[in-house]
Amino acid sequence: MSARSSAPPASSGTKRPWGAILVWVAVLGLLAVLGIGLVRAQQGPVGVGSKPQPFTLRTFDGAEYDTGEMVGQVVVINFWASWCTPCEQEAAELEQAHQRFKDQGVVFLGVNYVDTETEAKAYLAEFGITYPNGPDLGTRISQAFRIRGVPETYILGRDGRLAHVMIGPYASLDDIVQAIEAVQAQ
Amino acid sequence: MRRIGITLLGLAIGAATLLAIGAGAAAQGTAPTDDEVNAIAKQLYCPVCENLPLDVCPTQACAQWRETIRLKLSEGWSEQQIKDYFVEQYGARVLATPPAEGLNWLVYVLPPVAFLIGAYVVFRALRTWRRAAAGASVAPDATVASDDPYVRQLEDELRRRG
Repeated sequence: MSARSSAPPASSGTKRPWGAILVWVAVLGLLAVLGIGLVRAQQGPVGVGSKPQPFTLRTFDGAEYDTGEMVGQVVVINFWASWCTPCEQEAAELEQAHQRFKDQGVVFLGVNYVDTETEAKAYLAEFGITYPNGPDLGTRISQAFRIRGVPETYILGRDGRLAHVMIGPYASLDDIVQAIEAVQAQ
Repeated sequence: MRRIGITLLGLAIGAATLLAIGAGAAAQGTAPTDDEVNAIAKQLYCPVCENLPLDVCPTQACAQWRETIRLKLSEGWSEQQIKDYFVEQYGARVLATPPAEGLNWLVYVLPPVAFLIGAYVVFRALRTWRRAAAGASVAPDATVASDDPYVRQLEDELRRRG
């Protein structure tokens, strides 16, 4: 080792490594963005007790239903799709439950998740569903509820808070009735 | 002469009628081909199955969406109109290339920025190595001033032989 190579340059002691700082800031920023995305992706569905953002459902018939105006009522929100075979297991039962509770301040809303309108309408006709149903345009409603798939059912209590969550299809009409009655009793 | 004129007029009207009928039949009768449907479908991703383009997705839902594309094409919709329709229905995540807005900008900005930073780092490294090599080549001159008698003797010998 020569004396020349081991001696530091006179000016390098005060020079800041701006390039390295910039790279580190960029890398950390990217990691932060990825981290936030990962945390969001890992969040499960909205939990019981939380208050989901109100949404407006525009039905296939053109009517609009705003959940923000339904405070004081029990609201049953069912996410479904015509291509979803498990959804068929509970479709007729949900309609029966709707008929049973429609005069008791219980509102049923069907949110049609990433589906085609023709098939969705055929599905509704096949199972004789009469309660309001509409497409989840831009998947905004399903994103607000952070659903993982279909079917999923969320029941809002009279205070607008989430009182019951069902991931997957209900096994029977009794299960739906029990869930709604439990929310009514709260 | 007059008869020839009437005949020519009749032929012209007949030909024009046949052409019009043919063109109408062609416009109504040509259903979109699978290739035309898939050309749009491959630019869209299945909203249900992650990371699967619509043209190769085997699910019933994707089959329905491909039929929707076929229907829209047969109705005369353009490629952009169909893509806009899918975005409106299912959200921007169905697009193979996300729109350049919000955090999506990172997708477009980061790769070229990373490339430029990488190129700069390589440039700096090469310059440093070149300087180091140049420094190494002049190093023997710098050691002339060394007090080591063996080195001095060796350099004297080399100078004498050279």
